[in-house]
Amino acid sequence: MSNIFSVVPIQHYIILSAILFSIGVLGVLTRRNAIIIFMSVEIMLNSVNLLLAAFSTYHNDAAGQIFVFFIMAVAAAEVAVGLAIIVMIYRNINTIDINELNKLKG
Amino acid sequence: MIASIFYFLAFVSIFFAFMVVVSKNPVHSVLYLILTFFTIAGHYLLLNAQFLALVHIVVYAGAIMVLFLFVIMLLNLNVDKEPVNTNLMKFAGAIAGGSLMLVLIAVLSKTSIMLPAHPANTQIGLIKNLGKVLYTEYNLPFEIASILFLVAMIGAVILAKKNPHTT
Repeated sequence: MSNIFSVVPIQHYIILSAILFSIGVLGVLTRRNAIIIFMSVEIMLNSVNLLLAAFSTYHNDAAGQIFVFFIMAVAAAEVAVGLAIIVMIYRNINTIDINELNKLKG
Repeated sequence: MIASIFYFLAFVSIFFAFMVVVSKNPVHSVLYLILTFFTIAGHYLLLNAQFLALVHIVVYAGAIMVLFLFVIMLLNLNVDKEPVNTNLMKFAGAIAGGSLMLVLIAVLSKTSIMLPAHPANTQIGLIKNLGKVLYTEYNLPFEIASILFLVAMIGAVILAKKNPHTT
């Protein structure tokens, strides 16, 4: 397969990542369901991963793809702990509405 | 041909990501997120990052999304339990997110990348090459990642198990 950057400029990858990241921010800002907020964070992580992979191919350097690999590892660990916290919250206050979480302060 | 595949995948991934954010039902959100992940795996394939595409599908669509679906079904969330923001908050969030997108695009589209693209090397994303780099240059972070997983595993188990003192 020929190099993709001969037909698609790298700027388009940057713009795609920026749009995906902004959609993630939009989700965090507008939703109140903790699980949806979590998914929006995943979208943000993925947009960054995509840009890292794009620049890795652009500069012919494997380090970018290794970083993507590590981000995936951290995301997997984060999801496991975060969902455990959400289950715990649901068990304690019987909702996952983040506006109810102000009851955490004593 | 490759360019049209890229633009199609880009459009589809933006559409599905947007549907994740706007759909009312959490289960639909998860399903749209799985589709988003598949389109991003397609982007990795276009970038000659075959190993990443494979790992992405296995880790995200295989492990993380199953965890999300499992928790949503465990908590029995559905549309009528879904907490909704007031319209003012939604509007403010949309304005803030949209402004961020405008600023990012306006700044980043003006940047000029100094270095030209390297000639195509289709070998770089293969397991053989990535494994060599991972186990030589990035050996220490790789080992530390295993400690991270151990901590995350213990933490998740301790958090999710029933506390006999409170319940």
